[in-house]
Amino acid sequence: MIPINVLTSTAVPLPLPNIDTDQILPKQFLKRIERTGYGDFLFFNWRYNLDMPEHMEPNAEFVLSNPEYKGSKILIAGKNFACGSSREHAAWAISQYGFLAVIAPSFADIFFSNAGKNGIILVRLSEEDVETLVQRSTANPHHVITINLEAQTVTDDQGFSASFEIDPFRKYCLLNGLDDIGLTLRHVDSIDTFESKHGGDFWIAPKT
Amino acid sequence: MAAKTLFEKVWEQHIVVEPAGEPALIYVDLQLVHEVTSPQAFDGLRLAGRPLRHPERHIATVDHNVPTTSAQDRLVIVDQVSAAQVNALRKNCAEFGIEFFDVQDASQGIVHMIGPELGATKPGMTIVCGDSHTSTHGAFGALAIGIGTSEVEHVMATQTLPQSRPKTFLINVEGELPFGVTAKDIILDIIGRIGTDGATGCVIEYAGSAIRALSMEGRMTICNMSIEAGARAGMIAPDETTFAYVKGRRFAPKGEQWDAAVAHWKTLPTDAGAIYDRELHIDATTLAPAVTWGTSPGMTTTIDASVPTLDDAKSDADRKSYERAFEYMDLKPGTPMEEIRIDTVFLGSCTNGRIEDLRAAAAVVKGHHVAKKVRAMVVPGSQAVKRQAEQEGLDEVFKTAGFEWREPGCSMCLGMNPDILQPGERCASTSNRNFEGRQGRGGRTHLVSPEMAAAAAIAGHFTDIRKWRDIAPTLATEQILVEGGSRS
Repeated sequence: MIPINVLTSTAVPLPLPNIDTDQILPKQFLKRIERTGYGDFLFFNWRYNLDMPEHMEPNAEFVLSNPEYKGSKILIAGKNFACGSSREHAAWAISQYGFLAVIAPSFADIFFSNAGKNGIILVRLSEEDVETLVQRSTANPHHVITINLEAQTVTDDQGFSASFEIDPFRKYCLLNGLDDIGLTLRHVDSIDTFESKHGGDFWIAPKT
Repeated sequence: MAAKTLFEKVWEQHIVVEPAGEPALIYVDLQLVHEVTSPQAFDGLRLAGRPLRHPERHIATVDHNVPTTSAQDRLVIVDQVSAAQVNALRKNCAEFGIEFFDVQDASQGIVHMIGPELGATKPGMTIVCGDSHTSTHGAFGALAIGIGTSEVEHVMATQTLPQSRPKTFLINVEGELPFGVTAKDIILDIIGRIGTDGATGCVIEYAGSAIRALSMEGRMTICNMSIEAGARAGMIAPDETTFAYVKGRRFAPKGEQWDAAVAHWKTLPTDAGAIYDRELHIDATTLAPAVTWGTSPGMTTTIDASVPTLDDAKSDADRKSYERAFEYMDLKPGTPMEEIRIDTVFLGSCTNGRIEDLRAAAAVVKGHHVAKKVRAMVVPGSQAVKRQAEQEGLDEVFKTAGFEWREPGCSMCLGMNPDILQPGERCASTSNRNFEGRQGRGGRTHLVSPEMAAAAAIAGHFTDIRKWRDIAPTLATEQILVEGGSRS
């Protein structure tokens, strides 16, 4: 994971509530056994022409098809973003498309965890603040937003300023690009102790 | 000692360590593995040179990708990408020493079906799987959490999972369910009330006389869809119904160990006076058969109602979603639900692909025929369910009525296999998600109970199962006389 602190970028507005992971990455791409190459399929059903999906002809109506948003590293969405299926492929698609952060009023639990594992910053702002940023990024695709993880703030050059909450441990991991398994293996002695105490408890053994 | 909830007891019994300022490290008793969310996790272990810590705490099967058309189609999967994923799991299980139930194994099935069927799912356990419907196993009083692939790898390497402590949410459903109202209708009603993010960050405990009266299968249907309300998990206190279900299964404790296990399990239910962070109380006697009308499980109504109008939307965001859903679903606001015609019926999935579901649907179907132009299919959730149904002659009932009788798998619940809806097709489905494109690009999904799906197949449109009492007189009796508790 790459450490991240200050992110300054234009932002893509997608102000729908309850965007589910089936929309973020449709199931046909879950058949792949690789961990990379999902960026092209992000929002596939919305992003490409429904009549010719196999040719991947862009749907001109969809925001990601607008060349003015190209290279943007921030996605702004509605509440309960990425609800539904646990597929981490959704987080991979967002990250591999090039997004480093998502701003929304709320996120679904499993995605929240998956995003953290992939170094994606999730910024929870109030509905009003999200709406303000959506309006500015819609009106001007070149509108630039700055997310400062260390300071836990979101600002722009039109005087917008909001702070956001983030779990201190998650922040520490993002700032330092830390690998979860490595972190847990610091506690391997505690795991050994737990197992020596409970490993024989047949009521929690899957197979007896 | 302070009074504790079921969740708190299971949680505290599994804390490995709680480092200051970090999430708790929770021990994982069982990880279920399937082909879709595991290949990158196994690769991660190989790349890092890490061993899989406890192969005996893992069980694997194939379900999402497998064709359900015939045994032959499953042994040689035509779709090369699907075949590669299935083969990858075969190879990985052999390499890492995980017990694997292959496509035609007698114990194969949807991963959330086989855990309980094998007796691997037991009260008081912590269970994870790289699949959001892992919440199903909470029906046994286990803490069962759906996770992503990085977490799958984490559990493989450490047999633990870092978790921030969730909030507790009691949903109490009190009273006797009316005729024609099932576990599916209870959970759809709950999601309709609290919304798809109504339980985010929470573990729900379902309690009350209506829940206790349910069989294990009905309880699994409820816990299965906890994730559709955003919950981290759903749980139901273990009781005699639970013990009777687990007893004698392949991985269940035997003899003296059984007695000791039951004694432990009896300590798990929530203590009197324990406090939840949130509570919701529902009167079961007021419930009616549910049908979803939109593109989110929260967009639900009852069969005697109509598609809502924009005036029913509670906020601007809701109004936007409603407009989009009306268009995608091709529905006019205010249309009575009973007037909506269907093209396809899908009976199956980890939500409603169990034997009692098939029995209930067969009781409706018996003596009738699927409506003209309607394609109806039954996909048993597992090999065990398929065998049992065939022993009872349910396959013949369905086939005679014009249903397709399939091999076990996830099938049309998520369309990762050849079973998909065509653009514009409208489906009465017993599955769990009505998202845009979930069952096939452009497909339109309405979630219902097995009874309601069966009745819709015959009528050709949604129809109120409560009016079928005289037409299907066997329904009431057959449903109640099910082993291990009444279905209601």
